Amino acid sequence: MAEACLALAIVGITAYAVLGGADLGAGLWDLTAGGVRRGGRVRGMVQRSMGPVWEANHVWMPFELVILWTAFPVFFGSIMSTLYVPLFGAALGIILRGVAFAVRGQAATIKEARALGALFATSSVLVPFCLGAALGAIASGRVPVGNALGAPFASWLNPTSIFVGVLAVVTGAYLAAVYLAGDALRAGLPDVVDASRSRALGAGVLAGAIAVGGLVAVLSDARPLYDGLTSGDGLAFVLASATFGLVTLGLVWTRRFEAARWGSAAAVACVVIGWAFAQSPDLLRGELTLHQAAAGNATLAALLISVGAGALVLIPSLVLLYRLVLRGDLDQQFEPLDQRFRPLTADDDPGEP
Amino acid sequence: MSDYVAIPAFMAAAAEVSGGLGGASQPDLLWARELQALSFAVHIPLTCFGIAFPAMVLFAEGLWLRTGDETYRALAKRWSKVMLILFAVGVVTGTILSFELGLLWPNFMATFGEVFGLAFGLEGFSFFIEAIFIAIYVYGWDRLSPRTHLLTGVPIVVAGFSGSLFVISVNGWMNHPVGFDLVNGAVSNVRPWEALFNENFWHEYVHMYFAAYMVAGFLVAAVYARAWLHGRRGRYVRAGLVIPLTVAALVAPAQVIVGDWAGRTVAELQPTKLATFEGLSETTKGAPLHIGGWYQDDGGVKGAIEIPHLLSLLAHHDPNATVQGLDAVAPDERPGPVNTVRLAFQAMVGIGTLLAAVGLYYAATWWRKRRLPRGAWFFRLVVAAGPLSVVALICGWVTTEVGRQPWIVYEVMRVEDAVTNAGGLPVAFVAVALVYASLGAIVVWLLRRLASRPPDVEVSGTVEGM
Repeated sequence: MAEACLALAIVGITAYAVLGGADLGAGLWDLTAGGVRRGGRVRGMVQRSMGPVWEANHVWMPFELVILWTAFPVFFGSIMSTLYVPLFGAALGIILRGVAFAVRGQAATIKEARALGALFATSSVLVPFCLGAALGAIASGRVPVGNALGAPFASWLNPTSIFVGVLAVVTGAYLAAVYLAGDALRAGLPDVVDASRSRALGAGVLAGAIAVGGLVAVLSDARPLYDGLTSGDGLAFVLASATFGLVTLGLVWTRRFEAARWGSAAAVACVVIGWAFAQSPDLLRGELTLHQAAAGNATLAALLISVGAGALVLIPSLVLLYRLVLRGDLDQQFEPLDQRFRPLTADDDPGEP
Repeated sequence: MSDYVAIPAFMAAAAEVSGGLGGASQPDLLWARELQALSFAVHIPLTCFGIAFPAMVLFAEGLWLRTGDETYRALAKRWSKVMLILFAVGVVTGTILSFELGLLWPNFMATFGEVFGLAFGLEGFSFFIEAIFIAIYVYGWDRLSPRTHLLTGVPIVVAGFSGSLFVISVNGWMNHPVGFDLVNGAVSNVRPWEALFNENFWHEYVHMYFAAYMVAGFLVAAVYARAWLHGRRGRYVRAGLVIPLTVAALVAPAQVIVGDWAGRTVAELQPTKLATFEGLSETTKGAPLHIGGWYQDDGGVKGAIEIPHLLSLLAHHDPNATVQGLDAVAPDERPGPVNTVRLAFQAMVGIGTLLAAVGLYYAATWWRKRRLPRGAWFFRLVVAAGPLSVVALICGWVTTEVGRQPWIVYEVMRVEDAVTNAGGLPVAFVAVALVYASLGAIVVWLLRRLASRPPDVEVSGTVEGM
């Protein structure tokens, strides 16, 4: 049953990375979209795409925390207490990002919209970096069992952590660009499709390069992790992830954005599973095995039963939400973010008819 | 009464747990407690809107569907925007709480996560459902058929109910820990379903659920009562006032009865906590109730109005019953500071009584004369009732949570053993306080702007500017 609960945790991380991570990645594009006028269209697209889904996407984060503290309480207590700096940073980023995004739509002047947008966008970069750095700390074996026994800074300021943190930011940006391209295609905005597609290709290639370069960093920084990722089942999943990544890039190149969503999800899931294999049977390397970390069988069974029952309600609801979104039933009128603060001019694309 | 006390046999032995991660020694424990308290104080009023507001929005939309009156539709649509913004803020402030459980209390989580975690798992699904349907509902205005649209709001109400239920279950468990055995200071034989349905949670839950309807009802009514006082007395403002005020007016008197139930349960399960509410230093037969005043460390309450036998009557429904005092437990097992708990308790009861009176007066006027009260004083009172209900809500949580001290798991684990050994707690507190203060200002400012737009912009078309 411990394995089944670990699988739940992997589903949680993957779902958060693919769904929540993409919403965070959209923040990066918002940040780098350029000046008020030039960036208005991309920002408007970000606002319109994220609006209906970001809250549901975000819930995977608390879901993951709950799975960890219920099924693997000592593991949870150890990582939260040692990694308090990056996790507190992520928590602050989550507040700032969420509130700034939620109220940006109520801004009355372009100045307000820009201030809230800047807050939304910078915190969107902070969150995945902090979470990635925390994962890097766990993967490189820097979290001991105990109450804040690890190094408060060196645990997450090291080559592996920085590699995973940067990879998380770039992967999120890549996913976001793929989704934005798909949404823009549906909205009939060819210029935004092209802009998003080139961003996706750029971020995808960069993510691949970082992944390869990062392995070199891991080789010198966390040899056991490297060995795990380059042999046996770990290697199989890393290669599978690389393959999915390449296929996805091809799908983006050929403008099949919907299929690319699923390909990217598979690539992320394979990396997480590969990591689990790389440090099997340990959750905290050399400190705590999966079975030592697992709660009693009564708790694991109760958790699996309740998640199973919950899934019966959750999955149809998620399907309904994403179907409505992908059919465009919840779409708002597209509006460049800067447009409502200035008079329309002749070269403004009216958006969808 | 005695059988309640006897259930957790380990308690009688006063066994204590120091935790699965080993000991804790944190000089800044108070900062950790204050940070947790601050985070709850921000989040709990928001959850009231998650619990209670959707039902009011749906009610307004239902009135539109029944009567075809566009006023109700404009109101429901405007409210749904507010609901979405407050839900979004609630989503992130709630996430912070789940981080803080681990960041601040890792030893508590490592030791007992497997006992109470199930409730949070179930709460997680409620949270998902609420997030999904709130998006469908708000973005589905004028996109889905009116009937379908109304139906997509129903899961929001249900999830608000179930989500808060499971969270309160955990708090009930912390106050009445069951569902596990302690063997040599270690948790074993965990029975998660038993922990989920602990005996303390029913009264806490009903109390909080009613409180949510009071807070959301009085706060929303306060906005329209203010408009009313400023002379804006059209159908829109009238509907915006009557719907939430009616809800709050019906719930507020009922809350008095629930409060009595809660008080008696505390008297049975946590007599030391009850003694702290009242500042009762010695175990007393036929104990009096003190209103106001200040608890003195050498015992007794100074400067209070004393009503003989009333505490015994309220706590045990018997004027001569014996009420356990603070002296029944060792000094290091008493909650402190007593005056914090006592003042919070008195404020909650005082405000709750006032709000019940407001509700009864409104209901009686409506019943007898089929109209709103006419006096400006009544509308001023409703304007005040909004913020006052939030004060009462926070005071209620201070009462029960500070009254639980020094325990994080009642009579099993001390807060000082649960806390993190990490540094930087004062920095974290100041950072969160600054972030919450500035974000709170931004949200209030933007909601006020939303409210200042004329209602006719809401009449048709998809939801703009979200």
